Amino acid sequence: METHLSPEHKDTSDGKLAESILRKCVHCGFCNATCPTYQLLGDENDGPRGRIYLMKQMLEGNDVEEKTLLHLDRCLTCRSCETTCPSGVEYSKLLEVGRKVAEEKIQRPTQQLRLRKILRKTLPNSERFKMLVKSGQLFKPFLPKSLKKKIPERSTPSAWPTSQHTRKMLILDGCVQPAIRPQTNSAAANVLDKLGVSVIKADKAGCCGAVSLHLSAEEEALAAMKRNIDAWWPEIEAGAEAIIMTASGCGVTVKEYAHHLRDDVEYAEKAQRVSDLTKDIAEILLAEEDISSATTPKTLAWHPPCTLQHGQKITGVVEALLTKAGHTLVPVQDQHLCCGSAGTYSILQTDISQQLQVNKLKHLTANKPEMIVTANIGCQTHLQEDADIPVIHWIELFTD
Amino acid sequence: MPSSDQTITTIIATLGEFLSSDQLLTSEEELRPYECDGLSAYKRVPLAVTLPNTIEEVQKIMRICSARNIPVVARGAGTGLSGGALPDENGIILGLSRFNQILEIDEENQLARVQPGVRNLAISQAAAPYELFYAPDPSSQIACSIGGNVAENSGGVHSLKYGLTVHNVHAITIITSDGDLVTMGSAALDRAGYDLLGLMTGSEGMLGIIVEIVVRLLPKPKETVVLLAAFNSNSEAASAVAAIIGAGIIPAGLEMMDKLSIQAAEDFAHAGYPTDAEAILLCELDGSSIQVVEEKDRVTELFKSHNATSVQTATTAEEQARLWAGRKSAFPAVGRISPDYYCMDGTIPRMELPAVLDKISDLSTIYDLRVANVFHAGDGNLHPLILYDANNPGEFDRAEEFGSEILKTCVDAGGTITGEHGVGSEKIDQMCYQFSDDELEFFHAIKDAFDPKGYLNPGKAVPTLHRCAELGQMHVHNGELPHPDIPRF
Ligand SMILES: Cc1cc2nc3c(=O)[nH]c(=O)nc-3n(C[C@H](O)[C@H](O)[C@H](O)COP(=O)(O)OP(=O)(O)OC[C@H]3O[C@@H](n4cnc5c(N)ncnc54)[C@H](O)[C@@H]3O)c2cc1C
Ligand code: SF4
Ligand code: SF4
Repeated sequence: METHLSPEHKDTSDGKLAESILRKCVHCGFCNATCPTYQLLGDENDGPRGRIYLMKQMLEGNDVEEKTLLHLDRCLTCRSCETTCPSGVEYSKLLEVGRKVAEEKIQRPTQQLRLRKILRKTLPNSERFKMLVKSGQLFKPFLPKSLKKKIPERSTPSAWPTSQHTRKMLILDGCVQPAIRPQTNSAAANVLDKLGVSVIKADKAGCCGAVSLHLSAEEEALAAMKRNIDAWWPEIEAGAEAIIMTASGCGVTVKEYAHHLRDDVEYAEKAQRVSDLTKDIAEILLAEEDISSATTPKTLAWHPPCTLQHGQKITGVVEALLTKAGHTLVPVQDQHLCCGSAGTYSILQTDISQQLQVNKLKHLTANKPEMIVTANIGCQTHLQEDADIPVIHWIELFTD
Repeated sequence: MPSSDQTITTIIATLGEFLSSDQLLTSEEELRPYECDGLSAYKRVPLAVTLPNTIEEVQKIMRICSARNIPVVARGAGTGLSGGALPDENGIILGLSRFNQILEIDEENQLARVQPGVRNLAISQAAAPYELFYAPDPSSQIACSIGGNVAENSGGVHSLKYGLTVHNVHAITIITSDGDLVTMGSAALDRAGYDLLGLMTGSEGMLGIIVEIVVRLLPKPKETVVLLAAFNSNSEAASAVAAIIGAGIIPAGLEMMDKLSIQAAEDFAHAGYPTDAEAILLCELDGSSIQVVEEKDRVTELFKSHNATSVQTATTAEEQARLWAGRKSAFPAVGRISPDYYCMDGTIPRMELPAVLDKISDLSTIYDLRVANVFHAGDGNLHPLILYDANNPGEFDRAEEFGSEILKTCVDAGGTITGEHGVGSEKIDQMCYQFSDDELEFFHAIKDAFDPKGYLNPGKAVPTLHRCAELGQMHVHNGELPHPDIPRF
């Protein structure tokens, strides 16, 4: 597509990146077809092709007001459009630049600013978040129904394995997962323990940076990334084989540390190494031979998170592992569509998020599964809010 | 004629009485994304965009605009390649994307009743559980709307055997330029009276707004195979096409791709195309098992006798889907090798394929612009994609001139200037070249009968007689244009 970036953006690193992406878009409109928000709202401005156009206008120096920000805010960053685009447009990288510039040019109402700040301060901070969840659980009986749904059930994880193997892998504990569903990581550790791998947590590692990144707080995000790299580095030097991700939302972000820190003299190389070592737990198990069969095979509905299928382009792997273990997967319509969780989206864009969740649950339960399995804590809790059947990370099925 | 600021304000206020802020877009930033369709070189910002939810809202919009003579340009998915949905600066866009419901699949009568904004592919997906499908499948089928398909009389890979949109639509309901609701056609095969349904199909939003469509579904064939043949030259592949059709075989699809498009499509779809081939042909055969086996052998032989370097057969549904996915994504995949492309759409008699392809290749050298060919070879419907860089001043003008030469070559070879993408804004001048004065006058009379005020998609598809005269492609008798009383739009 033709582009004429304004002098303000033309020669910046972000501007150059944005321009190279814009130039690849041939305006065919294929991506609109698989965009959840375009399907719901039917406005070109709420589809990827239109959002690309909005960003192009802005970067070309046209006046932008709150509408541009509104339509960019409504994007789930699900990246379904990237999977569909035949021309290879890296939409999400463009969106990162676009959102940053839009935030600079357009003033948000104070109320929005406050909510976004609160999210940025609580979610990535695992201790603060744990405390919130704990007090929520305590007071749950007294809360209104709509809030009650958002507080997860109390859960007790299985014990972390104690045996020491020579093969070692790091695991990211992340920010929200330890509070809501600690058993996911302990399940992963126990499965790998049986396969002769010790799984280690680096105490100082924390939020991957995604929350800040999605709320356009770039500096904060970069700081989180560097802190994680520093926390993992000693184990990496000591020979850790991989950095395991059990939340695909974190996985996609850590795999892109190299991209985010590309201009950082001190961290660029380390970030590359970290990104290279990062694997979703499904990729790890795929490479292992002896995976035990399930003692009680189940009928499951599989919900591939967008961050797994569109972000990390991992498709068919979890399905193969589950089937190999003896479980049955029911067919699910529109598996490529987002469930509406999308990080902080479910809090910031409630209407769209709710509608996507309803549609998703309808499709997931259409063929009567016993439970829903997924691969990301965000999708898991978002779906569980209104699902009548359990929603868990699939790795937990491998511990029985 | 430009509307005064006051008229605009009144119109917008009137529309705002029944359309919400999400349904009525008026800010410059929100209007820009509507300034073009799939042909992004042509741009115009409309006054407003309306996104009605109901037929009643469409009727109201039409009546308001008709009363004040505000141009209305219908828009489906905006994938058109001839600027059909290009806005009018003084008019509004009537977006039909919210009409996206499949109202009924009638299994017994093999029909589907759908709203105009339904995506082409969604119809076949909804019909699949009944072992039925909707045959015309434009390569844009993932995204383009059925309303747009009817308005453009679109074709696709399977049109060779199963026909264009016009052959697969049973009835449509339109809103006339007066805002009235009229249904045309019926489930019966033969109808009395003039074929208004036929007339509406391909009318490019100039005669009425399509709000409901009944399409014919076909039973899925018992057996299907797809052959992939590689060749060392375009002309060998083109001769093989002529030979297959000449042998009396009608494949379900017969498509050709040249080297550039093979490479671009393979890069995206990983279809397994031979990237070292100069050209490939994809040939789908369907029908009864016996027929398919027999035709497969004959086609394979014909490929070999035309020097195919390899012939592969895809028998499973997955393999076949992969081969077609590459073909169907080929246009936008070309975005991987060139920032912009200009897609042409001429048809020619099949025997002329080798000669016309050679001519295009010569023109490519003259104009110094690369061409990627990917097209419905069996129909003789060419789609040369002229690759250019819109950021280089003058390059699009050169691409347009080159394109115009290609279309003239098609007409001279006994073909036409559009196979399936419509005339739109883009090919309006070439219409003067293809049609006689008398034919153009008929077009104008029809337009006048449906839309006397001329506010529906003005300035598209049919050139004014005056425009043709200026281009020197119409006869001017005694210093006067024929029928000076016919409105110029
Ligand atoms: C990559 C690519 C590949 C393509 N391949 C093919 C192909 O193989 N075959 C083919 O035939 N075309 C093809 N096309 C062109 C295009 O997809 C078709 O013309 C399609 O039918 C347009 O549908 P749309 O919904 O996008 O219509 P739009 O582009 O929105 O509109 C097209 C025209 O129809 C009118 N219109 C739309 N909806 C209505 C309505 N409800 N009532 C009245 N008028 C209406 C508009 O005013 C306009 O004149 C391709 C396009 C792309 C980008
Ligand atoms: S599919 Fe890709 S090339 Fe086509 S409009 Fe979307 S982003 Fe642009
Ligand atoms: S990331 Fe998802 S929501 Fe955003 S434009 Fe792409 S498909 Fe639509």
